[in-house]
Amino acid sequence: MPAAPELVCPAGSLPALKTAIDHGADCVYLGFKDATNARNFSGLNFDEKSLHEGVAYAHRHGRKVLLALNTYPQTDNWPSWTRAVDRAAEAGMDAIILADPGLMAYARRTHPTLRLHLSVQGSATTHEAINFYHEHFGISRAVLPRVLSLAQVAQVIAQTPVEIEVFGFGGLCVMVEGRCALSAYATGESPNCQGACSPGKHVRWEQTPKGMETRLNGVLIDRFEAHERAGYPTLCKGRFEVNGASYYAIEEPTSLNTLELLPELARVGVKAIKIEGRQRSPAYVAQVTQVWRAALDQLARNPEGFRVDARWMSELNKVSEGQSHTLGAYHRPWK
Amino acid sequence: MPLPAFTLPPLFARIGPHLPQLPPTLALVGGLNLALDRILPRDHLDALTGKKLMLRVLDAGMSLRFTLGERGFRPLLDTGRPDLCISATTRDYLALALREEDPDTLFFNRRLVMEGDTDLGLLVKNTLDAVDWSALRLPLPGLAPR
Repeated sequence: MPAAPELVCPAGSLPALKTAIDHGADCVYLGFKDATNARNFSGLNFDEKSLHEGVAYAHRHGRKVLLALNTYPQTDNWPSWTRAVDRAAEAGMDAIILADPGLMAYARRTHPTLRLHLSVQGSATTHEAINFYHEHFGISRAVLPRVLSLAQVAQVIAQTPVEIEVFGFGGLCVMVEGRCALSAYATGESPNCQGACSPGKHVRWEQTPKGMETRLNGVLIDRFEAHERAGYPTLCKGRFEVNGASYYAIEEPTSLNTLELLPELARVGVKAIKIEGRQRSPAYVAQVTQVWRAALDQLARNPEGFRVDARWMSELNKVSEGQSHTLGAYHRPWK
Repeated sequence: MPLPAFTLPPLFARIGPHLPQLPPTLALVGGLNLALDRILPRDHLDALTGKKLMLRVLDAGMSLRFTLGERGFRPLLDTGRPDLCISATTRDYLALALREEDPDTLFFNRRLVMEGDTDLGLLVKNTLDAVDWSALRLPLPGLAPR
């Protein structure tokens, strides 16, 4: 049985980073306060001061800090992205998570010892693609898109020297990773380049006689009755009228939760489990990190006797988007 | 021990709106001003300057209107439509302040409602999440250092 996977937790702020470390994260990933990361929301993310304090805090506790540099630069703003690579290297960050091959080439050339991870936004689902990034840019780890079944994850791992990280918990979307155009269609701003799916300035929530309505740049996405659970204001999770019926036409809001697959993920050789949610608060980070730490510790102590504790599931369900959780594509009997 | 679930008796929500809103608003802005520039960086909140903000405490029947001016937060007597309105119960505001509850979780459960300019709402939420409470142990302005 390979070693239990590393736990990689999100941080949108310094208190979230400290909370993740205090509750047992092995690695924390974060972004800068600009479009170089895919959670570019007002008030979120790290400036120089909080970055340096965060890296020092993590390293003091023997943990790692990763930079999410997972959006795609354009010709007119290329220097902002290369500057972000330099900032990560200067701050002593342990790795950068990249999607753009040009940026990978820059990082490899300029900072030869800096560890590179291939972002989920790179959308590499085959060992051929992952090995290409490994051969050309020396990536050490790849984060798999959330579209592969467990059997496919195992096949990828068997055919690559690159460490594989998978998503273990958090909000799901349509998962056209790095290539989704839905939010851009409604707002004119690309999440893959500007770093925000449903940017706040385009979102409006309004209480109306028919219920709470949410709009993205004027497009009605959903209307919630008084006691219905709300979701994030994204097009893929909206309810639309199709042929006279109104329903979640693309996808129902739901959260990925792979706790029960943990022994299998470890057995096939997954090196790290990623928790989604840099946009969430320190309270979420505490709740989720705590549960996953307990599960990974139990797995390490007793791999054969691993059982999902019902309290873990209820803790995770409390903070989930949507009314349900799912194993996503990992559990897919059809091929 | 986590905060228990509670709602103020319905009487509060009934009489609250008929009581003066200025005293609780003064208490709120007083607290915010103590935090401003110490644990709440002013430059992060620039986008709030001149915006009409409203905090509704649903079970207390309170609607606290305030704004951020050059010299800090101050009550607002304007009863027009606010730029940002945040609504929750006393218990949930306390749980948020204590970092026992995640705002998105309360939002999914419809216990935290944000209306108006969503970008301002995200700025407020994320700036509060980024507050490092340990910095509050620094001496208050005007007090001699210990």
